[in-house]
Amino acid sequence: MGEVMLVLVVVAAACAVPGCFLVLRRMALVSDAISHVLLLGIVLAYFAVRDVDSPWLLAGAAVTGVVTVALVEALQRTGRVKADAAIGLVFPALFALGVLLATVYARNIHLDIDQVLLGKPEYAANVRWHAGGVAVKPLYVMAAALGLNLVLAAAFFKELKLTTFDPGLAAALGFRPGVVHYGLMTVVSVTAVAAFDAVGPVLVVGFFVVPAATAFLLTDRLSVMLALAVLVGAAGAVAGTGLAFWLKASTAGTVAAALGVLFGLVFVFAPNRGLVAQAARRRRQRRAFHETMLAIHLFQHEHTTAEADEAAFAGLHHHLGWTAEQVAVVVGRAEWNGLVTRAGELLKLTDAGRTRARDVFGERGA
Amino acid sequence: MLDQFLEALNTSALRTVALGAAGLGLVAGAVGAFAVLRRQSLQGDMVSHAALPGVAAAVLFGFRAPVALIVGGAVAGWVAMLLVNGIARRSRVPFDAALGGMLAVFFGLGLVLMTYIQHHVPGASQQPLERYLFGQAALLRDPDLNLIACIGAAALVVLAAFWKELKVLSFDPDYAASLGLPVRTLDLLLTTLTVVAVVIGLKAVGVVLMTALLIAPAAAARQWTDRLGRVVLLSAGFGALAGAAGTMFGHLASEFLGGHKAVPTGPTIVLCATALVGFSLVFGTARGFVWQLRVFRKPAPEV
Repeated sequence: MGEVMLVLVVVAAACAVPGCFLVLRRMALVSDAISHVLLLGIVLAYFAVRDVDSPWLLAGAAVTGVVTVALVEALQRTGRVKADAAIGLVFPALFALGVLLATVYARNIHLDIDQVLLGKPEYAANVRWHAGGVAVKPLYVMAAALGLNLVLAAAFFKELKLTTFDPGLAAALGFRPGVVHYGLMTVVSVTAVAAFDAVGPVLVVGFFVVPAATAFLLTDRLSVMLALAVLVGAAGAVAGTGLAFWLKASTAGTVAAALGVLFGLVFVFAPNRGLVAQAARRRRQRRAFHETMLAIHLFQHEHTTAEADEAAFAGLHHHLGWTAEQVAVVVGRAEWNGLVTRAGELLKLTDAGRTRARDVFGERGA
Repeated sequence: MLDQFLEALNTSALRTVALGAAGLGLVAGAVGAFAVLRRQSLQGDMVSHAALPGVAAAVLFGFRAPVALIVGGAVAGWVAMLLVNGIARRSRVPFDAALGGMLAVFFGLGLVLMTYIQHHVPGASQQPLERYLFGQAALLRDPDLNLIACIGAAALVVLAAFWKELKVLSFDPDYAASLGLPVRTLDLLLTTLTVVAVVIGLKAVGVVLMTALLIAPAAAARQWTDRLGRVVLLSAGFGALAGAAGTMFGHLASEFLGGHKAVPTGPTIVLCATALVGFSLVFGTARGFVWQLRVFRKPAPEV
């Protein structure tokens, strides 16, 4: 369990880094397309080298991922198919070809198609490739991908940040957004290849997107977002692996579900941006608005002949169009906040209340 | 060789299966035309993946009837779509990220349930569930066929009944809102139709590839005409063609190439649909490459 957990923590962390840029650039679904097409790349590379343990399979897969992106963009540029449909046309077709070739021709290479596509972190912890006499575990490949992603994100932080948030300015300053774009696509492709054994092509989009989206709700700073995404990914991997062993269920699947739960918690409870914080803010604004309304009403009629009627507690519900209960609640809160005082039946503005009303009118209230 | 091919195709079981696949291709094509026009074609991708936990949950609670699995899948897909819309509306997470994330989370949940069933529910072999990943049209039986026919016909009737409203919504949602049409309800209606079209196809095409059957026929039809009615009709026709032809190719591949293991039909259906797109992109009479060359070559009118 320890090593499986380590595999998934590394995968989640490695995916979270490029995932942040995918979310910010609204290209989340491109990662889905890339990861699906890797299967075709692996199968084609296998036909070329005829060795299921060859590291060339990984290289072939990574190249296919980038080719897919180019293909989608070429299809979009014809202007005959819209952006989303182009993605939805290219990757199912190439994926279907991959599945078909794998089931028909790759029967004898111990490629259990269902296992491959659903991800098996347990396999990833074992020795898989032999490169120059050295036994290589997929775990090492993933750790290398994580290291590479962190180094690249740090080295090209400025370029990535500028092309993500303002591609126009980046181009004007000579930063070549196109180069950065294809660089990012290559990184996504390589990361998806590294994660392929552990989580398969279907789930990997969740590893890219969900930690990044979670972090996006917690901060406005890109550097903090990257760090938080890595943390969320790792936390989801630990929780999911533990749960999977307890349930005897698919490990990669449980981690994806656990990441979803983490996102859900942040979506509801995040400070400032969570649903609870949003509801609290709305309630606060509604209360403040009602108190201001009351203050303005009293201010308008202050020192006029109608004041005895307009400022009388009993008539307020009629003048403001509120229910009697609402009036009682709002007046109570306004009193508590020191905006009005009760003088028998009449409500009187305090200085604070008068200021509140004047603020609304600006110049004219002065 | 040809005799062998024809003989392999000449079975009543295959005819049943091809008919079923054609039926679901028809429905997916018609509904998919709206999804593609509204730039929501990847919704189907999410919905089909998200249906998996619903299908698995139905099995977990002891339901095995085709209708129970379809209802389970539809409920899960629908809930996922509502969650995606909620996240996109109530937070700053972009729609595509919400879609991709929800896809993986629900699919993961589905895998958890599937593997849990495999270990904990006695007698529940995982085999039928695994078929839902890539589709095995050969497993379509008469009850499945009846379901596809009934549910598909209902979806098409709804599409026809709200034709005018959906047309306005697809081309100009703001105008639709200004006419006083209940845009969000209609939106939900289209989403529901997408969910329905997806879940009836899961058994034959599988959760991973069902999205292509929504997108490809519509993208192909779009190259031939600019009129919505014709796009929808053509798209439905292309979908049916892809379904039937794909099933036959899948069957032939299993007979002649697959040895003793059945080749999943999802990939062959999708490849047929993609071939239709390729053909239409080249020869389509509205926007195809060849057609446009002809238009450009026309001599300029003399002045």
